[in-house]
Amino acid sequence: MSKMRYSRRAVLKGGAAAVAASALPAPMVWAQEIKDITLRQFGTGVSNLNDVANKVKEDLGFTLEMTALDSDSVTQRAATQPDSFDIADIEYWICKKVWPTGNLQAMDVSKIANYDKIVGIFKDGKLTPESVIAQGTAPHTVGFVEGEGSKTFATEQTNWMTLIPTIYNADTLGIRPDLIGRPIESWTELLNPEFKGKASILDISSIGIMDMAMVCEAMGEIQYGDKGNMTREEIDKTMAIFTEAKKNGQFRAFWKTFDESVNLMASGEVVIQSMWSPAITAVKSRGIECVYQPLKEGYRSWGGGIGLSANLSGMALDAAYEYINWYLSGWVGGYLMRQGYYSAVPETSKDFMTENEWGYWFEGKPATDVITSPTGDVLAQAGETRDGGSFYDRMGHVACWNAVMDENQYMVRKWNEFIAS
Amino acid sequence: MLKNRHIQGWLQAAPLSLVLLGFLILPIITIVVVSFWQATEFSIIPAFSLENYEFLFGSPVTYKVFFATFKYASITWAMTLAIGFTVAYYLAFHIKNQTTQIALFLLCTIPFWTSNIIRMISWIPFLGRNGIANSMLQSWGVIDQPLEWLLYSDFSVILAFVHLYTLFMVVPIFNTMTRIDHSLIEAARDNGASGFQTLTHVILPLTKPGIMIGTIFVLTLVMGDFITVRFMSGSQKANVGRLISNDIALLQYPSAAATAVILLITVLIVIGILLRFVDIRKEL
Repeated sequence: MSKMRYSRRAVLKGGAAAVAASALPAPMVWAQEIKDITLRQFGTGVSNLNDVANKVKEDLGFTLEMTALDSDSVTQRAATQPDSFDIADIEYWICKKVWPTGNLQAMDVSKIANYDKIVGIFKDGKLTPESVIAQGTAPHTVGFVEGEGSKTFATEQTNWMTLIPTIYNADTLGIRPDLIGRPIESWTELLNPEFKGKASILDISSIGIMDMAMVCEAMGEIQYGDKGNMTREEIDKTMAIFTEAKKNGQFRAFWKTFDESVNLMASGEVVIQSMWSPAITAVKSRGIECVYQPLKEGYRSWGGGIGLSANLSGMALDAAYEYINWYLSGWVGGYLMRQGYYSAVPETSKDFMTENEWGYWFEGKPATDVITSPTGDVLAQAGETRDGGSFYDRMGHVACWNAVMDENQYMVRKWNEFIAS
Repeated sequence: MLKNRHIQGWLQAAPLSLVLLGFLILPIITIVVVSFWQATEFSIIPAFSLENYEFLFGSPVTYKVFFATFKYASITWAMTLAIGFTVAYYLAFHIKNQTTQIALFLLCTIPFWTSNIIRMISWIPFLGRNGIANSMLQSWGVIDQPLEWLLYSDFSVILAFVHLYTLFMVVPIFNTMTRIDHSLIEAARDNGASGFQTLTHVILPLTKPGIMIGTIFVLTLVMGDFITVRFMSGSQKANVGRLISNDIALLQYPSAAATAVILLITVLIVIGILLRFVDIRKEL
């Protein structure tokens, strides 16, 4: 029987493979059969990188198939097509939507080697012991479930984790300092008539509504109970302010994909807009000035993690744990941090970065040498510092996490109206 | 038994009927059924409810969006008809040599060798604030400030529509025009008709079926489109297709289905009215 080869299907179906795995001396089989394992991962473009898949093949031996989709499609797929993936690389707010479908399985914390080193944000919600927990779907609130098959989130750390945090960042507005010519300090500037026809916001409702809320709150127009969980009245007021701005021609366009945001900014169609960190980098790499402007009201933050499909079992599940432990062991973290994201276990990533890179990206120190991306593009010259400063400066000023609200359906309909109005 | 003419007829019609049943009728029935269901973000509740339609008809945005859809459709129709008719007329009546005719006709189709999206997106850098059109106009001294309305406006949406869909007007009109008996035109001229009179009294009536087919193509394409509107308006404008695609993206399948049903009914009514004017089957 040990000579029998399992097809990928059979391995993934798991039942037969699990029997085989327990009946055979495990390490031998592991070495032979692991090459046949393919794990299908899908998620947003930020961390679905072919370099990661190649490195997995090299370090762990099995194949990782990557599919990159936009946030909406990711949610849709995780919620409706559980058979189409083994590993879901999703954001925490997506997890809140998808977890109740039962398409994902909880992970045994005791099998995660670096669990203790994971940043506090993902465990008790606190970056440092004195941190205040931001509004919205903070990762730790949907990070754990009561038990193995539980569909309800636990209020504190348990032995069962929903997602293993992989990547996160603090978002703010991107600006073109050369076209604006004066300091920008507040979220209110997005609706400043000075930038009429030159502003943009992203057309992904769950994130866009947050940016809107940051603006309305900064303007002093609305006091939110919780920006991440608005009441109908708060949603109506927020939308009214933005609908009026839209009718007055404040916005040049709305963007939905990463590339669109880069093009809007690089072409000068837009001088201030909601933006993602690597998009700033992409604009800069074209030789155009672009700043990820820290604002006094704080950041809107997001975090992603990998979750396991409920269908994973047997050897494929073991491989998935192997993958998770590898993910947290530093190489990926270093790779992602050199793009401007943060790793869930920064200290393991340090070994995979130069002192200059660690100083620039994590500690907010001036670069001592040229900073390049993992793919070799020059991102900063010696002497420059990162927009927003150090890890603690940036992640310590999170005002709100990307969220999904109780009134999500209402918000979605209102969003649809906003786009159509 | 197989000799029975009825059975033979049924058998001959069966393959197509089955295909239509499986790939057209059943999906439409499914859409209609789902449109009465309810949904949350992660589950669909199969319970009969009119809520989706209530919301749809209760929202002023729906009417605005339907109006915008008709606006895009009618303006695009008028422009594609004007351009399409002129091009087809030139090809059919002014080019005497058939080889040249075919060569020129193929020339019209060359842009269609690349994808729709690429043809559409290539307008964006051209029309942008610092795009080729604006910098050219500025260097000629025609304008001082860049024209903002060139891109991300109704103008750019309709421009893209006309660019994308004019060929769907040219082809059927050209096709019917080539089949007009040239002796009819000679007869008109012999009877003293001017060029314009020949056009309006002879050519236009005889080209009606082609115009009608082109019209149906253009109207259904424009009314069902969502991607052109999204890209060319920078997501600022909406038509019914975008309403549906937004709903789908946000996992609101029942609400998307309800909108789709209303759109389907609207388009069918429009086509029904058009077919009142010209009996395509008789004319073909």
